[in-house]
Amino acid sequence: MLSFILIFIAAVFFTGIIVRTKSMASGRKGPGILQPIKDVIRLFRKGAVYSQTTSFIFQIAPTIYFSSVVMAMLVVPFGQYKGFISFSGDFIFFAYILALGKFFSILSAMDTGSSFEGMGASREALYSMLAEPAFFILMGSLALLTGHTSFQEIFSALHIGSYITYALAILATFVLLMIAMIENSRMPIDDPKTHLELTMIHEVMILDNSGFDLGLILTAGYLKFAIYGALIVNLFIGVFPYGYTIPLFFIIQFSVAITIGLIESFMARFRMGHNAQFIFALTSVSLLIFFGALLILGKFI
Amino acid sequence: MILIKAFIVILVTVSALIPFIKGNAKGILAFTAILLNTLASSWFAVQCLWGENFEFIFKGSYITGIIPVRIDALAAWFLIIINFVFLTGSFYGLFYMKVYSNQKNNIKLHAVALIWLHAALTGICVIQNSIVFLIAWEVMAFSTTLLVIFEHEKTATIKAGINYLIQSHVSIIFLMLGFIWVAFKQGSYDFNAITVYTTQHPEITILMFLCFFAAFAIKAGFVPFHTWLPYAHPAAPAYFSGIMSGVMIKIGIYGILRMLLIIKPDYTTIGYIILIISVISGLYGVMLAIIQHNLKKLLAYHSIENIGIIGIGIGIGCIGMGSANQLLAGLGFAAALLHTLNHALFKSLLFYTAGNIYQATHTLNIEQLGGLIKKMPQTAVLFLIAAIAICGIPPFNGFVSEFLIYSGLYHWLQLASLFSSIAIGFTILGMVMIGGLAMLCFTKAFGVVFLGNPRMEFHQVIKDPPFLQLLPLYIITVFIVSIGIFPMLFLQLLSRPVLLFTADLPLQHAFQLKTAEVLQPFSWAMWGLILLILAMFTIRKIITRKQKQSIATTWGCGYIVPSSKIQYTANSFVRSYRKLFRPFLLLYKNTREIKGIFPDKGYYATHTYDKIEEWLIDRPIRAFKSLLSRFLFLQNGKLQFYILYGIIFIVSIICIPLFYEKIIQFIAFLNQL
Repeated sequence: MLSFILIFIAAVFFTGIIVRTKSMASGRKGPGILQPIKDVIRLFRKGAVYSQTTSFIFQIAPTIYFSSVVMAMLVVPFGQYKGFISFSGDFIFFAYILALGKFFSILSAMDTGSSFEGMGASREALYSMLAEPAFFILMGSLALLTGHTSFQEIFSALHIGSYITYALAILATFVLLMIAMIENSRMPIDDPKTHLELTMIHEVMILDNSGFDLGLILTAGYLKFAIYGALIVNLFIGVFPYGYTIPLFFIIQFSVAITIGLIESFMARFRMGHNAQFIFALTSVSLLIFFGALLILGKFI
Repeated sequence: MILIKAFIVILVTVSALIPFIKGNAKGILAFTAILLNTLASSWFAVQCLWGENFEFIFKGSYITGIIPVRIDALAAWFLIIINFVFLTGSFYGLFYMKVYSNQKNNIKLHAVALIWLHAALTGICVIQNSIVFLIAWEVMAFSTTLLVIFEHEKTATIKAGINYLIQSHVSIIFLMLGFIWVAFKQGSYDFNAITVYTTQHPEITILMFLCFFAAFAIKAGFVPFHTWLPYAHPAAPAYFSGIMSGVMIKIGIYGILRMLLIIKPDYTTIGYIILIISVISGLYGVMLAIIQHNLKKLLAYHSIENIGIIGIGIGIGCIGMGSANQLLAGLGFAAALLHTLNHALFKSLLFYTAGNIYQATHTLNIEQLGGLIKKMPQTAVLFLIAAIAICGIPPFNGFVSEFLIYSGLYHWLQLASLFSSIAIGFTILGMVMIGGLAMLCFTKAFGVVFLGNPRMEFHQVIKDPPFLQLLPLYIITVFIVSIGIFPMLFLQLLSRPVLLFTADLPLQHAFQLKTAEVLQPFSWAMWGLILLILAMFTIRKIITRKQKQSIATTWGCGYIVPSSKIQYTANSFVRSYRKLFRPFLLLYKNTREIKGIFPDKGYYATHTYDKIEEWLIDRPIRAFKSLLSRFLFLQNGKLQFYILYGIIFIVSIICIPLFYEKIIQFIAFLNQL
């Protein structure tokens, strides 16, 4: 339950911090930290326009997408404290529940009959497929390292002590951060601020959504960032007592948000054709972690 | 005993009666026969799942020896699946085949073949005498061919039928090889003789098992034995494609499991072999499924993928048995058996919905369809549920079995050595890729077929079939959903069949405890998901109730006359995938560009082909043909020569016995040299 509340609070500020970092990096003053939330609240009050091509899929998809993200959030633990739902293999559930949301968001993009949205849908389906192995191998190597198979048990048993574990923790952070960027269609993969539909992924899929539905999709995006931020936090806080972990949680979330902001400010988007290679390269980084874990356990002899 | 006799009597009388019946009653009679036979076999099966075993010994004849009919929990589980799919399938078929009711003789043959197929499949599950087993196997192969070539006026259908018939017989050759080997050594056709023989000669068990594995893998459609599958499924009537994909290929899985029980090979080695073949099957099946344009062919390739997933479960189970790890074996076999049921459910549902689409639009080319969700909402929802289930996405049944496989893999990882960790990494990678690619494939299929605008205009009215025809589809859906949200219930049913594999290992109920511990919160999570989605819908409804909603055209980035032709097509949806996976795929492009001042009609068409089929079947056949063509001079069309060949043949037949002694001596002489 604790993790749920903390992730929720983090989500409120997360995107605002990214936006603020970006504007400061480019020498602007930028909007307030809470501007994204204000945008969403404004959207919740607005009416909606539906395309005449769309069917009920288009209407239910944003809700299912949002619910899937909330459900995934319920699984994430906070250090030693379990998430709302916890069982062995819950990270599989986590990944597949996010896939449910993706499935529906892809379908809702196809539902509009627009070629742009079809393009976005196609890319989303391909890239999320390529990103998933990295997550599973990463969790597999953590499971191997700790001997447990649920989020909470893995994270509370994870001790970062030796040199190799430092290296592994850095690699794992990198992988999780990059998965977060892919899942949220952020910079090296996709540019949310681009103005050309042909080069978008996520933004082009939600071209036709408006009003409450768009608000849900945006909120889900904010939550997703905070969820992956929380996973990164969990890599480090397993052994610390209560009093330290909560400030640590916010510090790490804050620095993740700033990192994302900085990446977005100083990096250009990849060419679409190169994305696939980059994403799949993440899997090889995960494999590196996997072999690192084998090395620590002394199975390499 | 009486029930078994009744079963045979029903089979024979009904198939004798059907040719004399006119009108729609044929179909109903065939359905009734299947229903009665289903009840008879389910009577045993249900009791077996509660822990009773049956053994009936029939006297048989001089040739066959005694015919034991043994029904254990494994057979029972497959009997239940066969019966369920046959009942729903033939009920759906009653309506599906109405269109063809003017082809009277064709329909009669079709109905008889269907009943015989059901009987043959039932027989294969329970008969434990190799000769009778082979007869049942042959009946299955032959009746399936008859059922596949229903639309025999099409060349493609006949080709598919012959392709299937030949490949089935290749499978039979392997079976015969194995059975004759044992019968020759042991002098008995009873399956127990195989156990006796292989325990006495442990050095040949792996070879023996691989022989049977090859036979059953052809039936199940493991890569590289899959090439018949993508032809036979699209050619058959949709309802029968569902049955075929639902149960007939599963009989291959049954065979493999049965042989594991009978032969008791070195489980670890066998486990790795099955695991590797299965991962490759799964990946290859889905990789080819994505680029198909024919909806049924796409589904056929997905059958290969799902057979791969089942195989991964079997592989994990075998390795668990090999390392005496009760829990791992339990998880692996439970996942395999549950996925067998799951796949039977959602794949038959997908084929039936494809049948609905075919009946309404007369095409299965997904590039010509589109926007069907508005005209066929019920079919669309059923297809959507099945699509979510087949992608292994919660809260439906596909996820439960995939979750069990993942649990098995991650559990195994804790105890693994370096070699097996690499195998696990490879398998996890494969499973995840399969899931992701399946999602790509089914978002494509559903998105292009049902969503957006129609891509072609149809002159007939397109609508959902009548409720009765949809009834079996709804029943299947109920099971898909309930396995998803009550996985415990179905795993309990599975405990007996799994016990067969794990019984002689220690820590008997660790598996049950473990699954209970894992699956209880798991099913709560499923419930939570459903409740959460419902709650969100309510909130959305309440908030948006007062808000203004308007309808407009799709945002076209400033372009205001959208045409259905500018929609994303199936081909363009998978374009970036296709480029990425080009080394594995075989695509032929056929284009004619528009050029010149008075241009002709231009076109662009792509054809997909199977690389493994090209290398494994087409090229050897071509090489063989070119070899044989050197002897073409013998077939010169002159009658005199043919008579000469006949005379040479007859003379040599007569002479060989005469010179037998001499030949023997000559060979002995050669040997001395």
